[in-house]
Amino acid sequence: MATLEIRDLHVTVETDGAPREILRGVDLTVRAGETHAIMGPNGSGKSTLAYSIAGHPKYTVTGGTVTLDGEDVLAMSVDARARAGIFLAMQYPVEVPGVSVSNFLRTSVTAIRGEAPKLRNWIKEMRTAMDALSMDPAFAERNVNEGFSGGEKKRHEILQMELLRPKIAVLDETDSGLDIDALKVVSEGVNRVAATGEVGTLLITHYTRILRYIRPDFVHVFVDGRIVAEGGAELADQLEAQGYDVYVKAAASA
Amino acid sequence: MSVVTDTPDSVEAPDFPVPTGREEAWRFTPLARMRGLHGEAATNPVAPRVTIDAAPEVSVEIVAASDPRVTRRLTPLDRPSALAMAGAPESIVVSIASEVVASRPTVIRITGVGADRTSYGHVIIDAAPFSNSVVVLEHVGSASYSANVEVRVGDCAQVQLVSVQDWDDDTVHLGRQHAVIGRDAKFRSFVATFGGNLVRLVPTVDYVGSGGDAELLGVFFSDAGQHLEHRSLIDHSAPHCRSNVLYKGALRGDPSAGEAGIARSVWIGDVLIRAGAIGTETYELNRNLVLTEAARADSVPNLEIETGEIVGAGHASATGRFDDEQLFYLMSRGIPADVATRLVVRGFFSDVISRLGLPEWEDRLSSLIDSELGLEIVEGADDDSGHTG
Ligand SMILES: Nc1ncnc2c1ncn2[C@@H]1O[C@H](COP(=O)(O)OP(=O)(O)O)[C@@H](O)[C@H]1O
Ligand SMILES: [Mg+2]
Repeated sequence: MATLEIRDLHVTVETDGAPREILRGVDLTVRAGETHAIMGPNGSGKSTLAYSIAGHPKYTVTGGTVTLDGEDVLAMSVDARARAGIFLAMQYPVEVPGVSVSNFLRTSVTAIRGEAPKLRNWIKEMRTAMDALSMDPAFAERNVNEGFSGGEKKRHEILQMELLRPKIAVLDETDSGLDIDALKVVSEGVNRVAATGEVGTLLITHYTRILRYIRPDFVHVFVDGRIVAEGGAELADQLEAQGYDVYVKAAASA
Repeated sequence: MSVVTDTPDSVEAPDFPVPTGREEAWRFTPLARMRGLHGEAATNPVAPRVTIDAAPEVSVEIVAASDPRVTRRLTPLDRPSALAMAGAPESIVVSIASEVVASRPTVIRITGVGADRTSYGHVIIDAAPFSNSVVVLEHVGSASYSANVEVRVGDCAQVQLVSVQDWDDDTVHLGRQHAVIGRDAKFRSFVATFGGNLVRLVPTVDYVGSGGDAELLGVFFSDAGQHLEHRSLIDHSAPHCRSNVLYKGALRGDPSAGEAGIARSVWIGDVLIRAGAIGTETYELNRNLVLTEAARADSVPNLEIETGEIVGAGHASATGRFDDEQLFYLMSRGIPADVATRLVVRGFFSDVISRLGLPEWEDRLSSLIDSELGLEIVEGADDDSGHTG
């Protein structure tokens, strides 16, 4: 069973030529079969955490460790992390002009699985996965994220998660910008993958809305670059009622 | 001053002074690297080596300069073009008879005879009315080469001229490629420039009837030490004609090599819509992708309109850096950096290359792009699964 362990993680980002500390000691363990929700106000560093796990070059780890089944994730290149089983559904997926979704997905699946899937099986597999997310087959011929609506981008991210079958999936605000129908479709996709018991999910969100469709086992409140409170699903209900204010004030006076 | 010319009405080289580099047309070009192709006439110019693989319906002949067909020549636009016109020892004459539809591309391979001697070339493509053909000029080897290509597209005919510059590193190639487009005729120029030390191509278009259509497409990849220059010039003098220019270039210099490491490209797109050219529709676009430091792309669209009664006229030009966010996105899906780079760069060029409509040549250009990226070993699933099954 896969385990992602984050210990005392410190991360800086370059702003106006000077490094600024965004993550200030994050501790978190995510195991396959578990769903964790990370909830926090805008600017608290949630995306920074997601990008740091995936290895985005803009973020510099200045302290702490991240391991996947004991392997040093921070020592791996971005692509090696993905091949080791880490997946990041991005808050703002990137356009890649001139590269079709089908070409992209097949190249990526080939890289992750270590061999190219047989074409016949592959087309079927892709169609089935797209169908489950209510995506039109014509979608495969469009260029990656180019001209996609917000909902299409997020469906495309979840489509990748379903095809790549990661050990650890980090979903960065996959719910934001989705209408209720799209939110249901996307949540079903996440639940389908979670139901296999083979993936640990780290669901990053600003709103509690998605937690009506995806029930977390653990909820972590994230404020000012660290986890300030932890609990079960009931913590999300409390946040829904009270908001982040008490935590933000507590962090500010700490 | 008109965008079209500072050209005297002349066909003789002496009427064009030797360029100094201060002229608008020459200000971007490193004259010192032109091996005198713009200076005095070569004393013993030679012709390049030519290999012909013609469609069965198309005639290709190599004729002496004295052949009557050769005297129907274009008006040179500049001194190198005039020198090449006067000095070309022979001409390649491609003829497509009226109503003939060529069953496959006619490929003319032009091989340089060495960078140490001047060669002059002349190609005439004569497409009679209602014919339809594709002619590929494939340039390879080492050369100091100056050439004129004339295309006459008869009424209602269609011609696609593909010019591939896959030269060796030491080649200098100056070329004028002039199309005269008949009534309701269609011309497409596809220029692909990868090799050569200095390549400067001037595709020009004239319309001699209404309803003509010209599409000028180009891809180029400039790496360390290369100067690749493309200057198109479309002269809308007839009514209801269309033109569309789309050039895309990538630049990859070598920042550790100083001056010699600079990758250089120039794109100039001149369009003139004359007073009589009512109903004209024209659009031109140049995009450049800068992959490294030590790269410089100049991009100058230039539209001059003498009539208000047009359908549309526009241009756009943009030079951008390789986007690391795209690389990150692809790599975060397990795709190794080199494969990801290839996807992004191929993707950048794909909308131009896919318009070629010749699968074999599309593959050839894609692999030329790969080798420019230093990615000669191709593995993995890079073919679009949409094509199969
Ligand atoms: N690439 C970056 N460049 C500069 N500043 C950044 C970058 N990424 C994040 N930040 C800064 O770090 C802080 C946390 O941002 P982020 O991780 O995006 O928060 P969240 O996802 O919780 O809204 C913000 O103040 C933001 O401006
Ligand atoms: Mg965020």
